[in-house]
Amino acid sequence: MSDNKVKVTIDGITVEVENGTTILNAARQIGGDIVPPAMCYYSKLKGSGGKCRTCIVKVSKGSEKDPRPMPKLVASCRTTVMDGMEVQNITSPEVLEARAGVVEILLINHPLDCPICDQAGECDLQDLGYEHGLQKTRYEFERRTFERIDIGDKIQLHMNRCILCYRCVYTADQITDSRVHGVLNRGDHSEISTYIEQAIDNDFSGNVIDVCPVGALTDRTFRFKNRVWFTKPVDAHRNCPTCSGKVTLWYKGPDVLRVTARKDQFGEVEEFICNTCRFEKKSTSDWAIEEPTRISDTSVIAANHYETLRPLPVIRPNEELREANKKELEKTVKY
Amino acid sequence: MSRKLLLEHINVPGIAGLDVYRQKGGYRAVEKALKTLTPDEVVEEVKKSGLRGRGGAGFPTGMKWSFLAKPEGVPRYLVCNADESEPGTFKDRYLMTHIPHALIEGMIVSSYALGAKASYIYVRGEMMPQIRILEKAIAEARNAGFLGKNILGTGYELELYVQPGGGAYICGEETALLESLEGKRGNPRIKPPFPAIAGLYGCPTVVNNVESIAATVPIINDGGEEYAKIGIGRSTGTKLISASGNLARPGVYEIELGLPVEEFIYSDEYCGGIANGKRLKATVAGGSSVPILPANLTLKLANGEPRLMSYESLSEGGFATGTMLGSGGFIAFDEDQCIVRNTWNFSRFYHHESCGQCSPCREGTGWLEKVLHRLEYGHGKMSDIDLLVDVARKIEGNTICPLGDAAAWPVGSAIRHFRDEFEWHVKEPVKSQTQNYGLADYAKPIEKTAEVKAAE
Repeated sequence: MSDNKVKVTIDGITVEVENGTTILNAARQIGGDIVPPAMCYYSKLKGSGGKCRTCIVKVSKGSEKDPRPMPKLVASCRTTVMDGMEVQNITSPEVLEARAGVVEILLINHPLDCPICDQAGECDLQDLGYEHGLQKTRYEFERRTFERIDIGDKIQLHMNRCILCYRCVYTADQITDSRVHGVLNRGDHSEISTYIEQAIDNDFSGNVIDVCPVGALTDRTFRFKNRVWFTKPVDAHRNCPTCSGKVTLWYKGPDVLRVTARKDQFGEVEEFICNTCRFEKKSTSDWAIEEPTRISDTSVIAANHYETLRPLPVIRPNEELREANKKELEKTVKY
Repeated sequence: MSRKLLLEHINVPGIAGLDVYRQKGGYRAVEKALKTLTPDEVVEEVKKSGLRGRGGAGFPTGMKWSFLAKPEGVPRYLVCNADESEPGTFKDRYLMTHIPHALIEGMIVSSYALGAKASYIYVRGEMMPQIRILEKAIAEARNAGFLGKNILGTGYELELYVQPGGGAYICGEETALLESLEGKRGNPRIKPPFPAIAGLYGCPTVVNNVESIAATVPIINDGGEEYAKIGIGRSTGTKLISASGNLARPGVYEIELGLPVEEFIYSDEYCGGIANGKRLKATVAGGSSVPILPANLTLKLANGEPRLMSYESLSEGGFATGTMLGSGGFIAFDEDQCIVRNTWNFSRFYHHESCGQCSPCREGTGWLEKVLHRLEYGHGKMSDIDLLVDVARKIEGNTICPLGDAAAWPVGSAIRHFRDEFEWHVKEPVKSQTQNYGLADYAKPIEKTAEVKAAE
């Protein structure tokens, strides 16, 4: 083992990672169910994370040198691994309970208007609620409401749905030149806003839509056009002078209904795209088509085209894990 | 009379001015530290004194100072946390109003110990008079040569700045304070890194409470070992207690740690008993965020031994039967006070002051407040009580900063000890609007448990 590599065990699976990696990123290197959900962390945005508390995990052994467990559950996105650290995520009932608590709390002021929300079908909060939430809310008070705000003619801010992850704030801060977008007020009346409702006016502002984990920031050019699970995502590119030009086109029949940046398996944008690509190039002739976008088979968008199941690399050499995942492995043979 | 270190000369007329303060032995500590001690020796004295942070957490100050990173060519800062806004705590304001030079002197000594060339006093925005007093005191000290370049001819230079805050409770959390001091929104930072490594402007920083900094003055004057002789066990020295509520004589008192709680409440030297001849029902011993205790557990430990005013004795028994010394905001409730209303009031405060950065605290504090409001106004349900416990448990420990814990503890403890009263509010919704539950058996004395003899 070299000097800058450390070993960390997450839910019984050991992985060797670079020193300074966070628990969440170490878990992402393993992949699969043990990856904690992340609503506010975004690997491309500096300083993000630590706020939503859905990625909390239990550190049952601090490190090889100091084996004491950490006293509290920690945010895995902001805690770096130590050599010999042992982490429990889905194997710890305490973590699952706390996470269910966080999800419940995130939902108490959420309007639950999924039937009319453009984000439905690709919404992180919807997925989380489905996995951890209760069938019924225990919150019996009026929910907090805000007026909808149009940030320019392309983006709409629907503050009721916001979970204040601050991703858009970091995006506006870090990939654009001037700071025009921030958080107003305090506590549960905090709101994402622009300075005196000014339009966000620069080439990359549209990316706030992609980083938003919920339906708070939506594309006005796609607004109410279609449900995402009726559209087919296709990777495409064009020669763009401002950005990389690598996008995903969302087709309904022959029409391109919207253009987004390409997202990786954790729902993060691979490369930020410019507003021209996103809002203006909406015909097939603008683009060079590559291939259908790979979508996880757990997603509702993938209803018709499943990705081939690939077992995790840690499973193959390990007899016990192979036995435990027998069913999954059989599927990989089938397809 | 027990020993007074901070408030010894509080009644001397004109002590807020530099001349009177010096006549009474002020700025001796600066001369002693700068002329005869090295910075490391000052840190060593503070370590020996066993001084523990007076802001609430009770972390040993000397140890905190020794954690400060000292990279070459990077400035270090001392920041004084005077953003005192915990309901029930008003000792720092009292100290700054009446003896501002005690804080200035402490700041000079502490800055010297830490090697800081610029230090800040972050004062809560509502305390405008105190800000003016401090600024005047700093000007006086500069004119007398205690601040600026080449202090007392020793070559040490220091500038002190007073920074008014915006009046947010959250800015009393050290990293939120630093953010605010940098001119940003006062959101707590995610730790690590701790301020001792990367604090103000990314430089190593120590954040200390007003009282902790002022306490370094008697420590340097008398020596750390002398200071450690006062107090009991690991709770050394004296502590300012802000006594409020239904007491005959509320106010700020300096006590030697280890004073029995009963003596503090009932003796004529301190609070002089409960006002209007009523009986004590409950106390909050260390500011609104610590668990509330019924009268019997306030005075006695669960085993019947008397409870003392010290870090250890107050937290004896954990959260089941104990509380915390916290910042020393001692609130007493008499038999006519409603615990449900008080819990709602505290909850309302935390709801209002939550910064909104992390979800459990942002949404949970509002939920707690709304449920408590419903209970207090006679619209509650039996299931609400368990709901409160559950929500409080989901907030506690799952947030970035301790505000989440501070919001959850008063609710959890009030239900733990006063569940009967909460249930009464549900069972008697009409009666509870006009009457109070009363004392019940919350003051029932705890019998001393017979000592268990070791098996022979």
